Amino acid sequence: MTDPEGVHEDPVFGFDTTKTPVPIGFEAISPDEMVPAGGESTSTGGLGLQIARVFVQNKLAVAGLIVIVGMVLFCFVGPFLYHTNQTDQQAVLNSSVVANTGPAKGQPLGTDGTGFDILGRLMYGGQTSLIVGFASAAVATIVGVIYGALSGFFGSWPDAALMRFVDILLSIPVLFLLIALVTIFHASELLLIIVIAFVSWLVPARLIRGETLSLRVREYVQAVQVMGGSRRRIIGRHIIPNAVGTIVVFATFQVADSILLLAALGFLGFGVPAPGTDWGTMLSNGADAAGNGWWWQIYPAGIAIVLVVVAFNFVGDALRDALEVRLQRR
Amino acid sequence: MLGFLFRRTIQAIVVILGVVLIVFVLSQLIPGGECKAVLGPKATIGNCVHFNRLNGLNLPVWDQFYHYVVGLLHGNLGYSYKFNQGVTAVIKERLPKTLVLVGTATVVALIISIPLGIFQVVRRNRPSDYVATGFSFMFYAMPSFLLGTLLIIWFAFDLKWFPVSPPSTGSAWEIFSNPRAFFLPVITLAAVTIAAFSRYMRSSMMDALTEDYVRTARAKGASNRRVIYGHALRNALIPILTLLGLSLPAIVSGAVITEDVFNYPGMGQLTVYAASNSDIPLVLGTTLVVTVATVIGSLLADLLYAIADPRIRFGSTGS
Repeated sequence: MTDPEGVHEDPVFGFDTTKTPVPIGFEAISPDEMVPAGGESTSTGGLGLQIARVFVQNKLAVAGLIVIVGMVLFCFVGPFLYHTNQTDQQAVLNSSVVANTGPAKGQPLGTDGTGFDILGRLMYGGQTSLIVGFASAAVATIVGVIYGALSGFFGSWPDAALMRFVDILLSIPVLFLLIALVTIFHASELLLIIVIAFVSWLVPARLIRGETLSLRVREYVQAVQVMGGSRRRIIGRHIIPNAVGTIVVFATFQVADSILLLAALGFLGFGVPAPGTDWGTMLSNGADAAGNGWWWQIYPAGIAIVLVVVAFNFVGDALRDALEVRLQRR
Repeated sequence: MLGFLFRRTIQAIVVILGVVLIVFVLSQLIPGGECKAVLGPKATIGNCVHFNRLNGLNLPVWDQFYHYVVGLLHGNLGYSYKFNQGVTAVIKERLPKTLVLVGTATVVALIISIPLGIFQVVRRNRPSDYVATGFSFMFYAMPSFLLGTLLIIWFAFDLKWFPVSPPSTGSAWEIFSNPRAFFLPVITLAAVTIAAFSRYMRSSMMDALTEDYVRTARAKGASNRRVIYGHALRNALIPILTLLGLSLPAIVSGAVITEDVFNYPGMGQLTVYAASNSDIPLVLGTTLVVTVATVIGSLLADLLYAIADPRIRFGSTGS
């Protein structure tokens, strides 16, 4: 989780849920009550159904899922119901709308420094935040999984070299690396996706490599090798599918992390260029006027970021329990 | 112990060399070359040829890398076009300030989170444990830019308890002359770490309490206090030291945000300023220096770890 600074950052709440009696946020169920997915459970139904059952038992995760779905609807369907101009700065400046006015009739969350309606801007900026979050998490996961699987599968010196490269990149504080990349390549939405993915594929690469190391010595993988299965087949059909739990759980947490990284970049002034916006950029613009008491420019974007990030973490935690992934992040 | 330290130091050197290589590759990736970045997009080909010859950019890549590394060894990090002076000179007074901020925040985080984690174990599954858990989860989920902004609004603008930004002049040590001004930045930077470390301390302590030696101590009639402080604590601290080394890049990353929010004149603020002025050599210079500092910091944390863990201190094994 978090902290671009660390965001992020990270290893702790995923730590050892099997030993800690009360993992954070999971007071509602004790580990004993949880049905081990695919294990010696007495319940009927397929594996997917059992996973879904464990997931649904976790009220926080269900709440998280509702928040995510609600936020996606709000950002992508909302603008069809609540029409605002969010792209034409000149039209806003020419209109009668007054900048920096508080909530009032017709503008439930007030206006920002240019005069854009904040409720509409929240939807518009949320589209960017969510798209970049999902897309860069997807890219990072795919790249990391392939890299980690290859590294773990080949072992010996290629593995050592590939993993040293990951160590080196991980040792650069992530925001410095992000800022350097954004400065060199100038930000656009697509570029932000690539750049955030570039700093995020390292952790899944490590996780999947570890998973692969333990999977490649299993009997069924050896059996495929004996039968003359190609490496590509072993990795693609046997190793990666067996690591799917880890992959799904990581990807879920990564969406939250990517949204946070984008928000941090936006806050520092390196988000999507105007007139586009994202939640971090909105917060940054609001914070510049923090002394003026214009709370409506700060809280909506701030709350939106925290809500979505927490929601993804709840879902990720529940998936980890449901899929029985022991994920020590980083 | 010596073997561990030797291997760990070699590893740190390899990482630093790798970072140097990556930063060099990044400087080669500038679209249109460094010439256009410095002279502006309207620079003619003639201008660029001249610029490249002047700065040795017409040489083969390997020669450029060689000159870059030789320059680094002489403390030459390149030239900042925005400040019109060497990157090293620009960085020199900024780096100590970031080190002071990160160092103070880390120490504060350890001082608060370790007792907090122990407290939660002593009172486990009671209301105060849940309250602490709730708070740590809240601060863990709160992005530092939001926390910093809210702290400024609430405690600097509304309540006027603290100044809005720390003193921006003088040497790094002068920061301590006005601790009130330094309070909010340190809390902002430390909050996430406190949340994370206290959680980790709690579960690490819980693990230690299930160990055989704890059961033995209890069987011999040791009091709860003696079991926790005499037997479990030192063992529970070892993973925290590992975590400290691993968390340093994240804390340093957080310093960028904290410095930006509070207008604190350190490396992070400098990097943001350089980046918004497209001063790429300066951005790469700060990135390199900060990363090297982080790697050294992690190395020091591992040194503590080696001292704290008798298996490494006395043993020849251990990784």
